[in-house]
Amino acid sequence: MARGLGAGLVGMVMALFAVSLLVGPAGLPPLQALTALVRGDALAETLVMREIRLPRAMLAVLVGAALGLAGAAMQGYLRNPLAEPGLIGVSGSAALGAVLALQTGLAAVHILALPFAALAGAVLAVLLILALAGPRGGSITLILAGIAVSALAGALTSLVLNLSPNPFAASEIVFWMMGSLADRSMTHVILAAPFIVAGALVLLALGRSFDALTLGEDAAASMGVSLVRVRVMLVLGVASMVGAATAVAGAIGFVGLVVPHILRPLVGARPSALLPASALGGAVLVLMADIAVRVILPTRDLKLGVLTALVGAPLFLHLIYKTRAQGL
Amino acid sequence: MLQATAHLTGRFTLALRRASRVIGAALALWAGAAAAGPPERVVSINLCTDQLAMMLAGPGQLVSISRISHDPNMSVMLEQALSYPINHGQAEEVFRLNPDLVLAGQFTSPYTVALLRQLGVNVVTLPVVNTLDAIPDAILQVGLLLGQQDNANALVSEFRAGLAQLRTQRDTRPRAALHYANNYTTGANSLAHDILNAAGFANIAAEEGISGGGHLALERLVMLMPDLVISGQPYPGASRAEEVLTHPAMTALRDQHAAQALSDADWVCGTPAVLRAIAQLSQLHEGG
Amino acid sequence: MTALHLQNFSVFRGPCDVLRNINLQVGAGECVGLLGPNGAGKTTLLRGALGLMASKGQSSIAALPLAARAQHVAWLPQAREIAWPVKVETLVALGRLPHLGVGQKPGPLDQAAIDSAIARMRLQGLRGRIATQLSGGEQARVLIARALAQATPVLMVDEPAAGLDPAYQIALMQTLTAEARAGRTVIASMHDLGLAARFCTRLVVLSQGEVVADGPPAQVLTPDVLARVFHIRAYVDHGIHGPIIQPLDVME
Repeated sequence: MARGLGAGLVGMVMALFAVSLLVGPAGLPPLQALTALVRGDALAETLVMREIRLPRAMLAVLVGAALGLAGAAMQGYLRNPLAEPGLIGVSGSAALGAVLALQTGLAAVHILALPFAALAGAVLAVLLILALAGPRGGSITLILAGIAVSALAGALTSLVLNLSPNPFAASEIVFWMMGSLADRSMTHVILAAPFIVAGALVLLALGRSFDALTLGEDAAASMGVSLVRVRVMLVLGVASMVGAATAVAGAIGFVGLVVPHILRPLVGARPSALLPASALGGAVLVLMADIAVRVILPTRDLKLGVLTALVGAPLFLHLIYKTRAQGL
Repeated sequence: MLQATAHLTGRFTLALRRASRVIGAALALWAGAAAAGPPERVVSINLCTDQLAMMLAGPGQLVSISRISHDPNMSVMLEQALSYPINHGQAEEVFRLNPDLVLAGQFTSPYTVALLRQLGVNVVTLPVVNTLDAIPDAILQVGLLLGQQDNANALVSEFRAGLAQLRTQRDTRPRAALHYANNYTTGANSLAHDILNAAGFANIAAEEGISGGGHLALERLVMLMPDLVISGQPYPGASRAEEVLTHPAMTALRDQHAAQALSDADWVCGTPAVLRAIAQLSQLHEGG
Repeated sequence: MTALHLQNFSVFRGPCDVLRNINLQVGAGECVGLLGPNGAGKTTLLRGALGLMASKGQSSIAALPLAARAQHVAWLPQAREIAWPVKVETLVALGRLPHLGVGQKPGPLDQAAIDSAIARMRLQGLRGRIATQLSGGEQARVLIARALAQATPVLMVDEPAAGLDPAYQIALMQTLTAEARAGRTVIASMHDLGLAARFCTRLVVLSQGEVVADGPPAQVLTPDVLARVFHIRAYVDHGIHGPIIQPLDVME
């Protein structure tokens, strides 16, 4: 990754993180807000900053980085710019895993049951997609497989939530399908962070292999890339990141599509350079979306996926048109 | 659940418009029914009309009550409710019970009500009671509909006496917040608001200008530093909506500043059961 | 030193055998042309020898560990895949991946190998262009440059001349023979008998999964082999220009 781009993205993440800490219905003046965050003297202000806004901003960074990096990695492996965790049903399946853990009460038994269930859902989806789309990840099979997996996961999620004895559960189908960071807490940060960090380390280590895969599987294999190892690490890395992100924030679509697409020309299209850039870019996008939902509708919980889809869906159409023109 | 349902379905305006149209028609039907003698097969398809009907009906007069009255979280008269068969408020099953009077709520599905009326069933929709002062009217109205005016009058005097006893002047007015799933709260013009006031508490949501039901962001709620947080009680099964009730910020607020209480079934309906809610809150007031 | 040694080497696909009992030894300095009609098993032989397909018997290259293999042999598959719009020099630099440790940046030695490969494929003018926007022939040359940049003792290429104009076909074959003369080994599958006869030091002819002829071009490209294996008649001449072969017509 070019040093200038890296520094620019890090700067944007930091600036947006600060803005995210300062935006909210409590109407705290910035100085007072930051004092309360650092010093923790006034009870109300401190609770707002430390227990409500700080975890929210941290989760935006974590979830965004997870989705951006997972998207770039899936694309690097399948050599297809349409491979995105949300579109191909990985997020939806992770949501199904999370919902099952919550509604069966498993999540209440052990704290790690929720992220692991989401991870398991994501693993199944990635395996299914890889099996259906084949090694080259042709666009048509990839998208068709994605539609099928998404639809199935979405339907089962709705079914589980509708069967819940809890009267609110059914109305939360929207949350699981569109995602939100409203009123998340430090508990969620602690729950998701280890999985996201571990997944990031696994995926970033695959950069060289993805570079080699630019020349196709055969050439990559002859250049010392173990395709089996790459595949296993990809599945685990993507599932770990997307699973944890979805378990705490619901399924936020299009981040993994939009971010790599915008950044690819800026890193000279090298898949290895695109990985860290997309992690930072994902954090930027989700921070921006999460600030926007609070500015547009401060008191209501507008879903993040609404905004990311508004940006992402037209781009998706554009990409489909482009790949069709290329006859893929 | 009444609030929750109303909030979830969000059909306020439609329902209100229909309600005003429907009340006139209901009054006409009710006059006719009264002339023909008290109804013999009454079916209630709304939690709150269930409760009033159970309090007032004569033996055998009430044939079925709504499913929700068997829910221990929602029902103030569970033991009594368990002795009645339940219905799910669907036109087909209600019609088959062959009722001569159906009691529904203002927010009962307008399609169900219209369909039952089309089938010639006498359906009366009762308005939602959102002040303490409207409770006697509601009791009297159901009493009249059931032909149980004596029971109704007795219940009303009992209620008035109980309320007068609880409504005592206090020196302080601590600020209370009602905090339900999804950060839902109720401000002025709500039964819960009246319950708070009667027990000597100010309602923080009303301070914020919320009238009826509304959302109060978690941040705002914390910033307002209520002295008492009255939370909705959790339902079985998990929901993200209810996670705000145990959010670390709320836990810390309760640990370090505010007293806490649960809002239970007694808060839901405009029936004499609200007296229990007021009494419990008053104790908190005196204790704190 | 032996560059490639195949012993009783067979490749199966499902119940059918695609290659049967191949025995082949290729040494340093040889430029081997692998000939055969469509479906004879040329690509299978190369991929199997590289360990990219399950096989039976011995292959000296497939026996190497993955990392050592990548430093011993460079492989240019027939499918010319360039998945992302990277610059030409970035693509050629990928050839250095097997020589770099994790996180290691290309050093002066690597840069020299990249520059030399670019120069040999006459790509200096295209260095900064986006590889995916080049013509098919240009892309082919870029991909060959990538394999050259890998700077391995053995170079295995699958139909490298396909899609190139005559001048670049000849230039490519000259580059490959130069590699061989420099002591490296080149094994190239080919369809152009003329190019093969003229530039290769040795030809191996495959037919229906077996080696049917192996030796210097003049010995291999006999009317009998051409008729039996390729079903063609050709004009063959051994004059001052070296061996010349021009297919004439198809035999019924």
